Amino acid sequence: MDAMNKFIEINDVEMVFHTKKGSFHALRDINLSVQKGEFVTLIGHSGCGKSTLLNLIAGLLKPSDGLLLCANREIAGPSPERSVVFQNHSLLPWLTCYENIYLGVERVFGATENRTQLRDRTRAALALVGLTAAESKRPNEISGGMKQRVGIARALAMEPKVLLMDEPFGALDALTRAHLQDELLKIVAKTESTVVMVTHDVDEAVLLSDRIVMMTNGPAATIGEILQVKLARPRERVALAQDADYSEYRTAVLEFLYRKQAHPAKEAA
Amino acid sequence: MSAVMETTMNEKPKPGVAAATAAPVNAAQASVVKVKPKQVKKSPLLDGLLMKVVPPLTGLAFLVLVWQIIAAKTGNFPTPLATLQEAIKLFSDPFYRTGPNDQGIGWNVLASLQRVAIGFGLAALVGIPLGFLIGRSRFLSGMFGPIISLLKPVSPLAWLPIGLLVFKSANPAAIWSIFICSIWPMVINTAVGVQRVPQDYMNVARVLNLSEWKILTKILFPSVLPYMLTGVRLAIGTAWLVIVAAEMLTGGVGIGFWVWDEWNNLNVPHIIIAIVVIGVVGLILEQLLVALAKAFTYEQVGN
Repeated sequence: MDAMNKFIEINDVEMVFHTKKGSFHALRDINLSVQKGEFVTLIGHSGCGKSTLLNLIAGLLKPSDGLLLCANREIAGPSPERSVVFQNHSLLPWLTCYENIYLGVERVFGATENRTQLRDRTRAALALVGLTAAESKRPNEISGGMKQRVGIARALAMEPKVLLMDEPFGALDALTRAHLQDELLKIVAKTESTVVMVTHDVDEAVLLSDRIVMMTNGPAATIGEILQVKLARPRERVALAQDADYSEYRTAVLEFLYRKQAHPAKEAA
Repeated sequence: MSAVMETTMNEKPKPGVAAATAAPVNAAQASVVKVKPKQVKKSPLLDGLLMKVVPPLTGLAFLVLVWQIIAAKTGNFPTPLATLQEAIKLFSDPFYRTGPNDQGIGWNVLASLQRVAIGFGLAALVGIPLGFLIGRSRFLSGMFGPIISLLKPVSPLAWLPIGLLVFKSANPAAIWSIFICSIWPMVINTAVGVQRVPQDYMNVARVLNLSEWKILTKILFPSVLPYMLTGVRLAIGTAWLVIVAAEMLTGGVGIGFWVWDEWNNLNVPHIIIAIVVIGVVGLILEQLLVALAKAFTYEQVGN
């Protein structure tokens, strides 16, 4: 991997939270680099710090130690170049779908483009996630899956260098989730986005990723193993269900999660 | 006169009693299945209406009855009917003006409302921005917290002499009392609203890298608005309570002074009418703000 391709670099990152109850060592010794156009998922049991790692890349948190780089520049804070799709979508309830997306578009392109161009960008983002018809609806008038799609559209409309997704489909039912995963695959293929996604769903990780970063259990969690998923794209859910390589990857992740890193609740019991 | 009231009072409960006695008889006779579903079908709508209308009317009738009894037992208390007749006379010409201290009840109410509007408006102008600042800054919150805690429980009337001292006139002093009593709920509720803006929304603001102005207009303000309106509603209730007392002390034109004036004239029916008018105006103010708050409250969006 040459230096040009190292799009996100995480070097020796430590994360310690200082709370009223004392300090909590969340992450230790994290080293990871992500290439341009790569789809990386972070998987692990709950409490393993995968969301913390994502928030570090987003710049919402600052590391206690170590360095994070994006396109060879230190990550100093949140920025539209690393847009986030939040687990609970975080749409503003008093704005329509269109306005929610426009808010970000205006911020990123408002200085260089005119209103018509901004409007076109917003409309294009809505069309990308298939929600043109819902543009003037408020978030409480649409379904959970649609809200999450607006969240994705908002993140993509800013043309980020990296798309960060924190369990974006975690709160959805299985069918909606599958549908959105397929859509995400198409969108990512079209936009050639670099994606870092947090998930706890093994199938989701194997289906979407180029690499799966498996994390050990917290406290003081770190990267346990990294699995290269060399399945050809475009990937098709039903065909993959009988694919031998697919099951092998799947087994490898399951092996890590349930043999090597048994659930923390079980260890405690 | 009291005889008239008694007969009306006696007549009123009759339909209710008749219905109550009739119902079980009906049910007993109609143990056949045919009649029952009919009753069930009709009753929800009718029941709902009855339950909306009958209890308040009963309450009102009870109040009038108690009033009638007190009036009959004591000599110097006007009966409901006498008061009603006075009220009709009073409301037939609410906007007369024969002198600075003799004006129609309409003018008096309007004068009080004007004071409330000015004092309240000034309090909103100062209190809401102050609430935003206190909510946004921990330093300011720590700085103003003790002052607010200390001054909030003080009766606004205790501030009246200060107002008289500073403004040297009764009218601004009354407005000053309104200002003082309205400002606390507005400051406190706005500050609480700002502090309770969901972290998710603030994270969105950080990721989108929104300007302070956009954060204020697109995230903080809409998110705080329901809290703010609660503060406004609490404030208007207190302001309306306080103005009556303040006007009793300051004199001039106003419903509070009017009550005091009528007490000096020993015109008890007018005092009772004023009490009802004060109640009705307060109720209307409250309802207006409840409607306003409803229009600006956004549902929290779940998944």
